[in-house]
Amino acid sequence: MTSLTTAQAVTSTAVVAHDQAAAVHPATGVFSSLWLIVALPALSAALILVTGRLNRRWAHLLGCAAPIASFVLAALMFAEQLGRAPEERAISQQLFSFIDVPGYHVTASLLLDQLSMCFVLLITGVGSIIHVYSIGYMAHDERRPRFFGYLNLFVAAMLLLVLADDYLILFIGWEGVGLASYLLIGFWQHKHSAATAAKKAFVVNRVGDLGLSIAIMLMIATFGTSAFSGVFGGVAEAGTGIATALGLLLLLGACGKSAQFPLQTWLLDAMEGPTPVSALIHAATMVTAGVYLVTRSNAIYDTAPAAQTAVVAVGTITLLMGAIIGCAKDDIKKALAGSTMSQIGYMMLAAGLGPVGYAFAIFHLLTHGFFKADLFLGAGSVMHGMNDEVDMRRYGGLGRYLPITYVTFAVGYLAIIGIPPFAGFFSKDKIIEAAFGYNVWIGLCALIGAGITAFYMSRMMAMTFLGRKRWAENAHPHESPPVMTVPLILLAALSVVGGVGLTYVAGGIVGWLEPVVGERHVELPAGLSVPLLTGLTLVVVLLGVLAAVFFVARRDVPVTAPARVSPVTTLARREFYADTFNEVVLMRPGEKFTQGLVSFDNRGIDGVVNGLAAFVGGLSGYVRRVQTGFVRSYALVMFAGAALVVVAMAMVRFS
Amino acid sequence: MNWIPPDITLPWLSVACGLPALGAVVLALLPRERDLLVKQTAVAFAGLTLVLSLIIAVQYDPSGGMQFVEEYAWIPTFGIHFALGLDGIGLVLFLLTAVITPIVMLASWYEPDNVSAARGVLSSEAPRRGVKTFFALVLLLEALALGVFAATDVFLFYLLFEATLIPMYFLIGGYGGPRRSYAAVKFLIYSLVGGLIMLAAVIGLYAVSAAQNDDPSMLLSSLTGLDIDPTVQKWLFVGFFVAFAIKAPMWPVHTWLPDAAREATPGTAVLLVAILDKIGTFGMIRFCLQIFPDASRWATPLIIVLAVISVLYGAICAIGQRDIKRLIAYTSISHFGVIVLGIFALTNLSAAGATLYMVNHGLATAALFLVAGYFILRRNSAQIGDFGGVDKVAPVGSGIFLFAVLSGLALPGLAPFVSEFMALAGTFQRYRVAAVIATVSIILAALYMLILYQRTMTGPTATSVANMPDLRPREIVAVVPLIVLILGLGLFPKPALDVISPAVDSTLQQVGVSDPEPSHPVTAPSESE
Repeated sequence: MTSLTTAQAVTSTAVVAHDQAAAVHPATGVFSSLWLIVALPALSAALILVTGRLNRRWAHLLGCAAPIASFVLAALMFAEQLGRAPEERAISQQLFSFIDVPGYHVTASLLLDQLSMCFVLLITGVGSIIHVYSIGYMAHDERRPRFFGYLNLFVAAMLLLVLADDYLILFIGWEGVGLASYLLIGFWQHKHSAATAAKKAFVVNRVGDLGLSIAIMLMIATFGTSAFSGVFGGVAEAGTGIATALGLLLLLGACGKSAQFPLQTWLLDAMEGPTPVSALIHAATMVTAGVYLVTRSNAIYDTAPAAQTAVVAVGTITLLMGAIIGCAKDDIKKALAGSTMSQIGYMMLAAGLGPVGYAFAIFHLLTHGFFKADLFLGAGSVMHGMNDEVDMRRYGGLGRYLPITYVTFAVGYLAIIGIPPFAGFFSKDKIIEAAFGYNVWIGLCALIGAGITAFYMSRMMAMTFLGRKRWAENAHPHESPPVMTVPLILLAALSVVGGVGLTYVAGGIVGWLEPVVGERHVELPAGLSVPLLTGLTLVVVLLGVLAAVFFVARRDVPVTAPARVSPVTTLARREFYADTFNEVVLMRPGEKFTQGLVSFDNRGIDGVVNGLAAFVGGLSGYVRRVQTGFVRSYALVMFAGAALVVVAMAMVRFS
Repeated sequence: MNWIPPDITLPWLSVACGLPALGAVVLALLPRERDLLVKQTAVAFAGLTLVLSLIIAVQYDPSGGMQFVEEYAWIPTFGIHFALGLDGIGLVLFLLTAVITPIVMLASWYEPDNVSAARGVLSSEAPRRGVKTFFALVLLLEALALGVFAATDVFLFYLLFEATLIPMYFLIGGYGGPRRSYAAVKFLIYSLVGGLIMLAAVIGLYAVSAAQNDDPSMLLSSLTGLDIDPTVQKWLFVGFFVAFAIKAPMWPVHTWLPDAAREATPGTAVLLVAILDKIGTFGMIRFCLQIFPDASRWATPLIIVLAVISVLYGAICAIGQRDIKRLIAYTSISHFGVIVLGIFALTNLSAAGATLYMVNHGLATAALFLVAGYFILRRNSAQIGDFGGVDKVAPVGSGIFLFAVLSGLALPGLAPFVSEFMALAGTFQRYRVAAVIATVSIILAALYMLILYQRTMTGPTATSVANMPDLRPREIVAVVPLIVLILGLGLFPKPALDVISPAVDSTLQQVGVSDPEPSHPVTAPSESE
């Protein structure tokens, strides 16, 4: 019975994969400029970075024009895709042969299907808005051109990541965004903290990349290819064992990039980067690449239930962890970063559910991209008006002074905690439903997470915009210029309509993605229904809000964080001691080991060799004394050697 | 090519190898005081050699086989020939040598000058040898290295292999840091020991050849496919391999490299690590695999283990270094481990990757050493701790250094990535555990490279570097070709692979191994183009 079911599952997956491979269409018409979507920001980045100091007047303009142009192209292609039948929407553009040796071929080509289109629009759309915002935010930084160069580099790499149709090409984009992230976290690298945070992000990500690298090697050894079509077409036949191994390895990669447990420690430190970076890279796009990877690899995960379980576990743990951390942080950006971890946890959880959840994961990813970018840029706007203060204990009562920021931030707030009809309501509710359909306990975790989200976001609202002024003495809060507030308004608008739009317009996102990820309806356990769960979720959210009102808004917020707090708060403040753990278990022993090995190398191996030399030479001083003579006679040695050869050969020849 | 009349057949390789040697002689004849003229002449000869090498490259037929073959009987009694020829593997290393040499000259423009003025540290040492000697030695080294990569007679190869020691010894011992004599002697002793062992093996090989043929020959083509008694074959293999392992260098015979690289000038370090060390790995693939296929297969498990140790050992030692040049040397030991791993995993993917990595590592290390050298010359120190916050005062130099650092950690999109990944993925096809362990080095690589960058370039600007000037145009021009090549081969590796792959394929056929089949092969996706 079991084997029969497996066999059926295997067959159906194979069919899905086969359909996928068959449904790719050549890039003609408007799609023929697909490569330009990646190339424009890449060229712009190169131009800005190479021209050095000559570009102060136009670097930011070019830097904004490139992603906007890519967005326009993408929008045209999206319109064209909408006009086509679902099975004709996937477009492939072959560029050039990348690697071609016996046994392994990689073609550099781009795949624009329904899934990648979602990302391309998100990256170029939200990306463009954040670029424009950065003109204002970075106006006083003399290295602003370089900033735009790095941002463009990021956009290009991220687009390559989502448009690749071979894991090896994807990996180039994958590490490309990692590089951009490294450069931008460390943008103010004259600060030690920024440089250290940047390095940490890169190194932790490399741990994930180890998983991705080995996954690709396993693909090559198993299928002889790392192309999506080949891997997805063959994975069902290769069996559960290989699929599980691939699934877990890819998950390791996803954990690194998406700051999921146990590789989450870099994200909070990454807030050292300028705020637009936090919004674009560390909230809206790059950190969601792990969710993309899992969703894209749906054919692998659908064959590997154990790997799916691992994805669900990782997502669930992280969504709770991130949310709890978000409650305890006083630094507005770090609180938002905890929130990002948590929200991506939701997406991971959904992606681990299989065809029931893939579309919801992407749905939440998109709405989160809107409202989290909105929130981060809002936080940036507050910082802009408050001399770069990030401590919420030094905010308070800012609503009157930054009205546009306040309203747009409030919209983002309502969206993230999931109040209808704001965007988060639609996407997060779907995930909670699907989680309940999978397992009641997982569902409960997701539900509790929603409550905690409501708490920490309400706390943030209250501490920032409401209550008493707790400003530093030199603070003169002021609203940001239009170049920053217009992006806020745009993102707020998306946070309002995004949920409804993606649910209902043109068949909704679930129908749109169905050809890529398949579709299965949520089956809730007996006794639960969708309206009931929606109601329940709203009640839990309301409880979270009330808790914040009771514990934060209605009390006086101390300007310095109280030192005597509950162990839970300490745990959350210390981010579950993850850094401490890494330091004690990995870093310090690693440093010891390195030092030991270096001194072994200097004394041990070399000692043996030197000793040997001394022995051979009779005295160690002898070597030194004779070195010049030694070398002068080298020519003689050469001749002697050659003579020896000739003699030896002669002996062989004539013996 | 059309523009070369087909009826003229030049001895291309002899001319290309002879040109730098001629240059060395010309330099020797120039007056001692005319430093600028000496430098210009040297660059002219190196540039001309590069042009000639490029002409050879465009004439090369990528479908494979030994090309531009020249054979002259030299010592007929012993079957020794002056024989040159290039296959794809030799060609790319030949080109690497021709590209790197003029770059090193340009980057080292003032290195041999002003011995005591620029470097008070040398006070107790003998004065450096002059500018003229430096550039003549570099040209001589180029000639010998080109010859090594083109030699198709085992005896000729051995002679040239040994002869490279002479200019390198003087380059390290004559122009390096305070402990240069120690480093030069250590380099020489290690190399001589390897050379002597190889000499014994060369004689042994001749004996075998003489026993089997009435007309013995040291030509690679005659030795290939020789039916050698298994025990003898193992001994001979070991003789060659040990020499190449010292050269490469592999753990545990690597300790001469960090000292040599530290004491040498950056330019000399580039010649040493980017070119001379490649002779070791080149020798493995060309001579060990080709002449001793059975012994190669026999020794593979041990070599794989040593290679994996080299990979991790070099990487971990690199993390703990305080001297920039020693650090780079240890990263090279790690990368050479990957190359050896790729060679002895004996798959098309791994060996082609390893060969490409020889080139890419040469480019990346050259960039690292040279840019680091610019800063070391300015600061008059190679200690990492003596730098800090350089990015603020020298953004161009720091940016180029970052590029070199990123190629050193094999960032995808830059040349070393493709080759490293191919070597590891190819190894994975046959030795999964070894490949997985070796792949851990990508994390260590991020650590040692980014720690180096962080400690030197970021943070508050150290007062000692506050007035450091940014790179000069000459210095930038010298490394731009490296940047272009690293980017170009990173995004379009296929032209290089097209040349390398047939040669690797035919070598592996001689070893008599075929690639492990994928366990669940899928029909190749529709071919492009």
